[in-house]
Amino acid sequence: MQSKLSVRFLTRLLSALLIFIAVFATAQERDPVRIGFMDPLSGPFASIGTSGLTVLQFSADYLFNSRGGILDGRMIEIVPLDNMQSPTETQIQFRRAVSEGLQIVFQGNSSAVANALNTAVERHNRRNPGQEVLQINYSAVDPILTEENCSFWHFRFDAHAVMKLNVLTDFIARNEDIEQIYIIGQDYSFGHVVAETSERLLREKRPDIEIVGNEFHPIGQVKDFTPYVTKIVASGADAVITGNFGADMVSLARSIIDSGLDIPIYTFYAAYDGITATLGADGKNRIRLVHNESANPIPTEERKEFYRAFKAKHPDRDVTQPRLPLALSMIVEAMEQTGSTDPYDVALALEDMRFTSMSGEEVWMRGADHQIFQALHVSVQTDEGIEFDADNSGFGLLTEYMVPGEETVVETSCEMRRPRR
Amino acid sequence: MPEILVFATLNGLVTGLLLFMLASGLTVIFSMMGVLNFAHASFYMLGAYFAYSISLYFGYWTGLIVAPLIVGVLGALVERYGLRRVHQHGHVAELVFTFGLAFLIEEAVQFFWGADTKNYQTPDLLDFPLFTLFGQEFSAYRGFMLAISLGIFIGLYQVLTRSRVGLIIQAAITHPHMVSNLGHNVPLIFTAVFGVGTALAGLAGVIAGPVLTTFPGMALVLGSIVFVIVVIGGLGSLPGAFLASLLIGLLQSYAIAANVGMQDLLDLLGLEFPRSHPLDDLWTLNLAQIAPILPFLLLVLVLIFRPTGLMGKREQ
Amino acid sequence: MNGVTAIRALAAKSGVWAVYLAVLLLLPQLFDSILAISIFNQMAIAIVFALSYNMLLGQGGMLSFGHAVYFGLGGFLAVHALLMMENEAVYFSIAFIPLIGGLTGLLAGVFVGSFSTRKAGTVFAMISLGIGELVAASSLIFTGFFGGEAGVSGDRTFGPPLFGMDFFSDVDVYYLAAFWVFLSTLFMYLFTQTPAGRMANAVRDNPERAEFIGYSARWVRFISFCASGMFAGVAGGLFALNYEFLTDENLNLVTSGRVLLMAYIGGLGFFIGPIIGAIVLTLMNFLLSNYTELWLLYLGIMFLLTVLFLPRGFAGFIMMHRLAWLRGRLHTLALPYLLTGLPALLFILCVICLLELSHTAEPELHFLGLTLAQDSVLVWTGLLLFATLGWYLTKKSAPGLRRAWEAANEPEADAAQEQFS
Repeated sequence: MQSKLSVRFLTRLLSALLIFIAVFATAQERDPVRIGFMDPLSGPFASIGTSGLTVLQFSADYLFNSRGGILDGRMIEIVPLDNMQSPTETQIQFRRAVSEGLQIVFQGNSSAVANALNTAVERHNRRNPGQEVLQINYSAVDPILTEENCSFWHFRFDAHAVMKLNVLTDFIARNEDIEQIYIIGQDYSFGHVVAETSERLLREKRPDIEIVGNEFHPIGQVKDFTPYVTKIVASGADAVITGNFGADMVSLARSIIDSGLDIPIYTFYAAYDGITATLGADGKNRIRLVHNESANPIPTEERKEFYRAFKAKHPDRDVTQPRLPLALSMIVEAMEQTGSTDPYDVALALEDMRFTSMSGEEVWMRGADHQIFQALHVSVQTDEGIEFDADNSGFGLLTEYMVPGEETVVETSCEMRRPRR
Repeated sequence: MPEILVFATLNGLVTGLLLFMLASGLTVIFSMMGVLNFAHASFYMLGAYFAYSISLYFGYWTGLIVAPLIVGVLGALVERYGLRRVHQHGHVAELVFTFGLAFLIEEAVQFFWGADTKNYQTPDLLDFPLFTLFGQEFSAYRGFMLAISLGIFIGLYQVLTRSRVGLIIQAAITHPHMVSNLGHNVPLIFTAVFGVGTALAGLAGVIAGPVLTTFPGMALVLGSIVFVIVVIGGLGSLPGAFLASLLIGLLQSYAIAANVGMQDLLDLLGLEFPRSHPLDDLWTLNLAQIAPILPFLLLVLVLIFRPTGLMGKREQ
Repeated sequence: MNGVTAIRALAAKSGVWAVYLAVLLLLPQLFDSILAISIFNQMAIAIVFALSYNMLLGQGGMLSFGHAVYFGLGGFLAVHALLMMENEAVYFSIAFIPLIGGLTGLLAGVFVGSFSTRKAGTVFAMISLGIGELVAASSLIFTGFFGGEAGVSGDRTFGPPLFGMDFFSDVDVYYLAAFWVFLSTLFMYLFTQTPAGRMANAVRDNPERAEFIGYSARWVRFISFCASGMFAGVAGGLFALNYEFLTDENLNLVTSGRVLLMAYIGGLGFFIGPIIGAIVLTLMNFLLSNYTELWLLYLGIMFLLTVLFLPRGFAGFIMMHRLAWLRGRLHTLALPYLLTGLPALLFILCVICLLELSHTAEPELHFLGLTLAQDSVLVWTGLLLFATLGWYLTKKSAPGLRRAWEAANEPEADAAQEQFS
């Protein structure tokens, strides 16, 4: 009896469901230009990836799709590819990208992943002529990507670690109060690059500065940084340089602040995605970052509008990666110039492109190694004079020092293998 | 040098006692039920997150009381409706269950609170330096952490040795079947102990969250270390767990503080190796670099040479 | 049992293996997209790895939290072999690369097994955890061999071509992998039939009794452990061939946990269980991760539910119906399954909808052809209502299913006779 009742119930239920389901198809006039975005969208590093995806998606909609698209009416479609910041998953997602016919893939987080992708793209393009893929690196700063391992199919839209450290050490060298510096970093390639480069550059620029400590700690394994801070205090350092990111950055800064040590921390990744809010007032005038695209003050009304529109659409998020709209705009420019979305054509057009960014400055994509050059800024975390804050905390980054793009140019050892067509 | 030693000891004590708050619950659960609870550190993380959310509305002190209670109730529910069900399929199934639970809790935390670090702050009341020694401050909050963990240790010890419940639990640790034969409701004791154990872990999370950063990976960082402590300390031995916690805490703290490495050892032995040697990484190793893996080295050594642990009586 | 039945049983078994081989060889003919081949390759690796894990846990009763060590070490040696080939130090067909991985896994197994297999149970589990953490941490410290977090990369195309395959594309690798998968599966199956394999089961169930009949429990465990390490190494070698690089994540806890998940979800007690688990999890990884950022949450829920309600995994669930099938009453279960399954499906879909809806950053959620507005009260209450309805109906029909199941399994006088006729 019971089961009969349920059968009747089920048939009703199913019909109700069928009514509920409305199949709709929007007929698109022309194929969209599909661009992949590969970064961690799930797992422990998801916050940084999803915030990048939001910025890229918004840039595509705001800058192009809402203005009639590109290449005479084609829309840009961003295809998320979740690599969980794992080199293995990156390979898998790359195959998916190829399988879906994506020709351009954005990727930014973790140099290890960028290196893995660079190798995979290089091999794929060599083995499968005609199916090439272009790697757009918007954030991985390992110099090797535009030096020994440089590739025709890789473009970097961020200053690499040595360029950034050049600016950062310039800034430190100008501060006469600093006599002793402690370098601490995660025990992996980027941490080592930071340690070696800053030591070398400081010795050149300020031989009188003493490096009182140069320490590596295992990445993501340290529960409590206080023992390290004890060593920093004991060394009598006036400043700390670190390349830490994520929780390692927050914990380190926290421990330094808790120990009452009032010295500046020079770093790369200590803002947005909850970090600014967590450090808050304690980080004021202590955290100094090197980055491109000034967050405060923003020089042009155009970029301010972009930020405001973004905030209106995503009140809980920030424009964490201002390089994304720039990279996208330059790629679109290259496509419009050549009238093609083919990676080879786009790559050729991008080489030595000079482009005026939203901030009104002219940036240069060097053809020899596919490295971008634009102004670099050193900013301090503060709540004074902040128009665009981070994490809605009232605190944000205020530019203290700026080096124009042409002065950031460094030599390259890249010997690029160029494909023939 | 003396200041490094003093602060390394203090830091080691803070970490060690914090670890003990986790290990005490785990070791009692492990001894009584034979379950190494992989999710124990996840309850620690839940404590921090609950306290963070509560502190946003009612302040830190409410969170300090309420969050461990919530975690304890959650723990008891997990025991009652999860572990007990799996128990019939054996220890492997139980271990695998807690393993899956740890995985699920981490994902659930990311679902509810997001993946970024949370701005969980120390209370204003304790936001001052307790004392300053050799130019370094020791914050009042760290003193508070020390006091709470010590209080828990003393309280736990008193309850276990002086009260009737404690006696039953002690008996259940060493002779679970006998206790059940004596007519005690062992399943109820299990649920209660699991609840209290997870509540302690939750409390540890509440007080550690503001200092050690509240983020979804915080359980993973601590998780396996707590295991190591329980195993090193010895099965069924609360004093063993206490000793092992302090040992691990101090070991890691000293290892970071000590500026020695393989190079020093080689110098001492009068040996020299060329820099471009294939094993170059080994010769340039220093103690601070490997500090976080020392506990695991210790674990493997203890298990090979003394499987009962430092103060345990039973083989595991 | 007489000779005829023995031959018939053998023929049936060979038939199963022939079908297995045929499926392995036909798959890339049926699905030939790059993505499909990539999925198959990953499945092949996962199958060997999960089967090797089952040798430990399912057959030997040894719970390991560090099985990735043997997988990873095998893979690293294999990549180094590829590198040597690239540097023209050695020259041989890459078909033998998995063998190098296997030998490495075997050696590592012999070394670790010599002290870790003294006890099973918690001691073994803890030692495996400790070794796993140690090796994973060392892989980041000894960058010379492990390449740090960037890993080591080798190129598979430098060896001599094999049967006209140059291994430029993944399909070539698939056929090679299929060969190794078949071989490994066959050997692992045959191992379960050897005295050593049988004794492993005995030692798992009751080590004392096994000792009484003259077998050293430790020795038996040691043999299983080494064999398991070897096949994990083969899987690592296949990984090296497919992805052409390895990183520290291939030997850390995450990989160890994943193989545990595969074997457990598939079903530990059955030889085919890990194969099912490997296929299901690989597919989930591919399919779910592309559609939802919450897929790890679903995976966790699924895993816990499996442990709680299907302690013998998917394979156990399938085998539960063997008796009913033998008695020819499987069809009587169809309707009750439908009656419980459909509302359960409704419940699950509604819960997924609710989860996605509360997670999504977009104002609308597209799900199964439906467009759900995030701010609509109607959608939320509707979903909640349907979810409750599904739950209620599942609950209500569950006893009916139980009764039907019991009825189908009830022994019958003539059913027993049927088997012999």
